[in-house]
Parts: sequence; C-alpha cells; structure tokens
Amino acid sequence: MSGVRVLVGTKKGAFVLSADGKRNNWTVDGPFFAGWEIYHLKGSPVDPNRIYASQTSGWFGQLVQRSDDGGRTWIQPGVAPGEKTEGGWPPKPSNRFAYDVSPENGKPLTTHQWYDGTQHPWEFKRVWHFEPSLSDPNTVFAGIEDAALFKSTDGGESWHELSGLRGHGTGPKWQPGAGGMCLHTVILDPSNPDRIYIAISAAGAFRTDDGGKTWKPINRGLKSQYIPDPDAETGHCVHHIAMNPSRPNVLFMQKHWDVMRSDDAGDNWTEVSGNLPTDFGFVVDVHAHEPETVYVVPIKSDSEHFPPEGKLRVFRSRSGGNEWEALEKGLPQKDCYVNVLRDAMAVDSLDDCGVYFGTTGGQVYASPDGGDTWAPIVQNLPAVLSVEVQTLK
Amino acid sequence: MSEVMPNAGADQHTIHVALPFHLRTLAGVGSEVSLEVAAPVTIARVLDALEAAYPMLRGTIREFETGKRRAFLRFFACQEDLSNEGMDVALPSAVVEGREPLLIIGAIAGG
Repeated sequence: MSGVRVLVGTKKGAFVLSADGKRNNWTVDGPFFAGWEIYHLKGSPVDPNRIYASQTSGWFGQLVQRSDDGGRTWIQPGVAPGEKTEGGWPPKPSNRFAYDVSPENGKPLTTHQWYDGTQHPWEFKRVWHFEPSLSDPNTVFAGIEDAALFKSTDGGESWHELSGLRGHGTGPKWQPGAGGMCLHTVILDPSNPDRIYIAISAAGAFRTDDGGKTWKPINRGLKSQYIPDPDAETGHCVHHIAMNPSRPNVLFMQKHWDVMRSDDAGDNWTEVSGNLPTDFGFVVDVHAHEPETVYVVPIKSDSEHFPPEGKLRVFRSRSGGNEWEALEKGLPQKDCYVNVLRDAMAVDSLDDCGVYFGTTGGQVYASPDGGDTWAPIVQNLPAVLSVEVQTLK
Repeated sequence: MSEVMPNAGADQHTIHVALPFHLRTLAGVGSEVSLEVAAPVTIARVLDALEAAYPMLRGTIREFETGKRRAFLRFFACQEDLSNEGMDVALPSAVVEGREPLLIIGAIAGG
C-alpha cells in the first residue's frame, strides 16, 4: 500500500510524520536528537530506509546521523552505537569536513570575502543539506557552511570535498548572507549523472557537467539591487532552486527578491514573478507530474520575514510562472507571522501530488491535492528548518 | 552512574569526567564517566582517552582542525575555571587522584 513519510528538521530535533496514501491520518514519531538543531534530513531514492540527517549545535559542532530502517533508529556512520575502541580514533570520522587545500588543485582556496570586504578564511560550521545519490544509497552529497560541496561514497563515514567548486576562480568574491555563507541547494540531474546544480547564499548558482571536477556560475539574467554590476557573474543571494525530474533543463529559482526561471539548465534566467503580491521568499518547488506547476510562499520583505497581511498563502502557477493564484484554503488567513525557510517545502509523487511545507512557528502543512486544500499535520513543533517527503509505494 | 575501568599501572590514573547532557545522550553514558589516563594528566590527555573510549564524541568538545576547545564549552575542576589554562597544563591533584571530577560544561546561552 502506498504511503508517505515526511522528514522534518527543526531547531530542537527531528520528527518523522507518516501516513498512508490518503494522507489524512498521521503518525508522529520523535523528537529524534532532542534539543539539537537538525538542519536537514533526506532519504535515498534508491533505498527509502536509508536516511541521512544533519545534527548540529553551536556548542558541540556537527554530527552526521544515518538511519537504515526508515528513521526508527539512527547511528553515527563509522561509529557503532555504544561501541568503544581500544584506543585511537575512529578510522573515518563522519563529522569531519576538511576543506581540500591540496597543492594539486593549483588554486588558492584559502579565503572568501567577509562582511567588511576583507578576506576571511573558510571555516566549517555546519551541513545545511544532504542530497543522496539517485543510484547508490551509500553515495551522498553535503552542502555546507562555509560554502563547499562534499561527497561521501561510504554511507557518510567519510567525506571529501569537490574542491573545483571553490577553486573555479570566483571563490574569493563569495560572501555570507544574513544566514551565513551556506551551500543550501544540491540538485542531481536524473538524465545526466555528471551534471549537478548547486546554490550558495550569497554567491549564486553553479553547475558542473563533469561530476564535480569543474564548475561554472549560472547566474546570467539575475538582477540584484545591492550588486553594482548588473551583469555580475556571482554575488547573488539565491535562496532555493527546484527542478522537475522529467525536465532537468528547466529550473525555478526563488532569489532573495524575484522568482526566476531557466529553460537552458541555468545558462539564462528570466523573471517570472508576475502577479505575486511580493516576490521575496525562500521556498520554491515544482509539482511532481506537472512540470509547469510551481509553488512559492511569498514573504513580505527582506526586513519583515512573514507573510503579507498576516495571511499564510502558497502561490501556485500552472503556467510556469508569471500568472499565480493564491492557495489559502485551510491555511491561517489572519494574524499569521511565521516564515517558511528555504528547505522547508517538498512534494510527493503519488498520483495526486501532495505538497508539504513547515513554518518557523512549528506547523507542518500538507495538501493531498496539489495545493487546493491544506491541513496541518502538526501545529506545535519547534521552528521548522527543513521538510522532505518520501513516497513509499 | 560512572563506569570504572581497571587501573592498568602505577602511571595510570582513574579520572572522573562529568559530561553535559547532550554529550551523555550521544555517548549513551550516565552523568560521569571514568577513564584511565597516563601521567602527566592534562586536559588534552583526558580528552584523548575520552574520545578513544567514546569515538562518537570526537569533534564535539574540541575542533578537528585546531584541537582547540569549542568556544561554548568550558572546563571546570575544584571550583576553578580551567578553560583558558591550556590543554597541556597538569590538572589539580584532586582530579588526578580521582577525588574530584573534571567538569565539561556547556556555556549558558539562551534560545
């Protein structure tokens, strides 16, 4: 029997929300890792029981957690639960993300731009996003802060940097956004295993066509008020990018301001904000079966991170942008001042596509009918940092 | 409840370490663990022993790249703050003799 599993990362732990294909009766499991920030959880598309979680803390740093049973139990890869060594370190410390500064890269990978314009050393802070491989459950990518892309091929036991991204030339010009200099979006092209898209705040979007060895900025057409050069190659605050797997060359982007679209794998972008009440926001996603149906949650402004007029509304375009309709049935339409963060929206792939999002107020909403109607799955979780969904068939 | 390992020799000391809540749950231990540490007993040597016994804690108390104490953790013993004394300074005799624990404490911060 079909069903869905919604993976929710919050400021104070992880939650797993499960339902059958009707998606109206939910089981809530958690909190897992209670008290820790869980930036992101994501399951392997090859093996749905394999889930990776980013567990992080300002006190204790980064940990990597992995479940091999659909989120019921968790381990730190490379460290069996409760296992003691006879001395020495674990051979593969799963929470070590060491930047690649090896000479063979031949490029300076030492500093990026700081808030005051000076150069600042790259410093690992946390994992923002895990993206499991489309073909191998033991292969997973990690987007981290300070911005870099790492890869594990042993189930998260060890990590190595795909350093061509930082080393492609513009790295010293990247600078942190208000949330830090994070690599928050990783999209794998299902039609081309060598093609990966990533996005960084505030550097922009990049693409590799050779499995991560070399990268190119893909920001042509982005206009950002705060950048003096209207054709700047990097420096754009991209908040999120989404793709429908059936059309991997078509991308939708929620930039700091502006909702954008590309029909050529990111080479060129055009604005499709159209009639949105505001085009600031964080999330963007695409319907699982209708590649021209796009969802965003407009946020009032970069100074006021809540929905306009206190009305929580998802906006849907069925024309690939420009023409948007407000979806509000079942969502609070007064006195609502939550935010929806960049990794906190997801879609399932059941016949009637489900759409999910979480808020900083601790609500997780689900729509089992492509956005027409909404209902909360839970209403009082800690602030939601991320939402992913697994379709179980 | 502490776990005491057998004393391995005259130069070995049984050191009691109190961990903050989140590290206790991570390591699956009680409020205090006991470790065998060779003399001279320093914070660095205690952490070496702690991380060897509980590898899931590696990187949570001191940073991988620098070996430095993580900024929001503090070391206390015998009612003194040892956080800035250096990792290689000998611990007080009461800790070395097992009469007092080394306390690893998360700095108080809101949120």
